Amino acid sequence: MLEIQNVSKIYKVKKKSVTGVDHVSLTIDNGEIFGIVGYSGAGKSSLLRCINLLEQPTDGQILIDGQDLTKLKGEQLRQARLKIGMIFQHFYLISQKTVGENIEFALKAANISKEKRNERVKELLHMVGLSDKKDVFPAQLSGGQKQRVGIARALANNPSILLCDEATSALDPTTTTSILRLLKKINRELGITIILITHEMDVVKEICDRMAIMQNGKVIEEGAVYDIFANPEKPLTQEFINSVVSFDIPPTILQNVKGRIVKILFKGDVAGEGVISDMLQQFEVRGNFLHGTIEYIQERPLGIFLMELNGQVADINRSISYMESRGVTVEVLDNVI
Amino acid sequence: MLFDPSHFTEMLPDIWKAFGQTLLMVGISLAVALVIGLPLGLLLFITGKGLFSTSRSGLLGNRFVNVVVGFIVNLIRSIPYIILLVALFPVTKWLIGDTIGPIAASVSLSVASIPFFARLVETSLREIDKGVIEASIAVGATRWMIIKDVLLPEAKSGVIQGITMTIISLVAYSAMAGIIGGGGIGDLAIRFGYYRYDNTIMIATVVILIIIVQAIQLAGDAIAKAVDKR
Ligand SMILES: Nc1ncnc2c1ncn2[C@@H]1O[C@H](COP(=O)(O)OP(=O)(O)OP(=O)(O)O)[C@@H](O)[C@H]1O
Ligand SMILES: [Mg+2]
Repeated sequence: MLEIQNVSKIYKVKKKSVTGVDHVSLTIDNGEIFGIVGYSGAGKSSLLRCINLLEQPTDGQILIDGQDLTKLKGEQLRQARLKIGMIFQHFYLISQKTVGENIEFALKAANISKEKRNERVKELLHMVGLSDKKDVFPAQLSGGQKQRVGIARALANNPSILLCDEATSALDPTTTTSILRLLKKINRELGITIILITHEMDVVKEICDRMAIMQNGKVIEEGAVYDIFANPEKPLTQEFINSVVSFDIPPTILQNVKGRIVKILFKGDVAGEGVISDMLQQFEVRGNFLHGTIEYIQERPLGIFLMELNGQVADINRSISYMESRGVTVEVLDNVI
Repeated sequence: MLFDPSHFTEMLPDIWKAFGQTLLMVGISLAVALVIGLPLGLLLFITGKGLFSTSRSGLLGNRFVNVVVGFIVNLIRSIPYIILLVALFPVTKWLIGDTIGPIAASVSLSVASIPFFARLVETSLREIDKGVIEASIAVGATRWMIIKDVLLPEAKSGVIQGITMTIISLVAYSAMAGIIGGGGIGDLAIRFGYYRYDNTIMIATVVILIIIVQAIQLAGDAIAKAVDKR
């Protein structure tokens, strides 16, 4: 378990203080994939870099299975870092060393014998799908392949945690998907806890179990990705959700809306369409779909529909209560979207 | 007559001897500059500001060492070579037993080229992406591993360019050392070309110097490019 306790990071730049991280506390369980999102400058990298002490937190503790990393120095800190892998947006491979040598470098840090290193390099290259690239220099690889080398290097010493700083931000969508799949595989097969930073909600939706949203160095919202998608509380969170699940209805259509607009949310197994058709049969209400989508988050469906309801106010209210009684969340938007 | 071929042929043995002396001076001084300048440049970098300054990074951050070494390096670099040459006479005398000849001239040439090369090494180390160094720290590498497997390989191409520049400035300085009897091509140019108005020797020496410098630059660039895997 990784516990970030009340961590702050204040940078001193020419006598001025810049707050990178502001009293952040998070608990990340073993084996989960935890996403941190936020706009540029929110403090995501600063927080991530505090975890492996690339930045010394100004305040607070980083506990891994109860051991406080902020108290470690020199050789002990180095040993602790062997168990925390990290990958970066720009890969940061040693350009003058081959792919194999780059991975071997990490193994040397753990004092592994020459034969075992060779064996392990082969194993790692196989895992990331680059078995034929051992003797190639990084410059000859594509971005996605470089990131695979970065992943192999990060996993060399069987870490328990993998930190990913915008690991897919420099990659095209197809490559991003393949890297995310690889991360997911690593998480499932090796049970490695993954903490990933991104500003793309798609990435979070794709692979994260839980997430935190950062703004001005603070974590402003935190929870299971599904719950946050279903029920974002803070405006910034809603903004991020909207980037994936958007409900822009053309103004010309809105002008013709006479009834009441409601947002209907189906979580998990609730059979959405069934509830709506039952409702339409039972009440004196006419419905009109304006927008709708079913998002699959971690393979769990999340249905979000915008509907126009026409009829008597009392009927509409009763129909809403009915849907809520069937386990559906209904929000009245009243023509303002 | 500006250039007299028969006079040139007649002087050829002297030119060869001078060429050999230049090679000797440059060779000795370069060797010393490499052996001392490279570690010194590395020391300047790893004790310097930035990534290495925090002891947390697990690397050397020593402001005191950096300031003292930096000061000495700047001090030597700010002294005009010709003054350094004269000022080092006592040291040369004590070390070599003489202040005349190519070996004696190598003492001041070495002293001048060590800080020059050290700064070039430091500069090429600074050009390494900080991210690569950080990634190595994150992986749990030791200081020594980072120096040996990251800093030196990544700076290799830049260091080779630095060696090229050092050789070329050594060739130029060695010509100056000729003035006080250091021997070599420069010495020949001054004794014959300048004092005796011997145009043939003047032209021959200048052409030889131009060829040497061009050849070194071309070779240096080619090697730097060949070793770079980027
Ligand atoms: N080394 C540093 N020195 C001074 N200030 C820094 C340093 N690193 C980060 N900061 C500041 O801390 C704040 C948070 O930066 P950080 O890099 O953590 O943001 P981020 O969320 O990762 O942004 P991005 O998405 O652009 O990577 C910013 O205001 C930034 O200017
Ligand atoms: Mg960042």
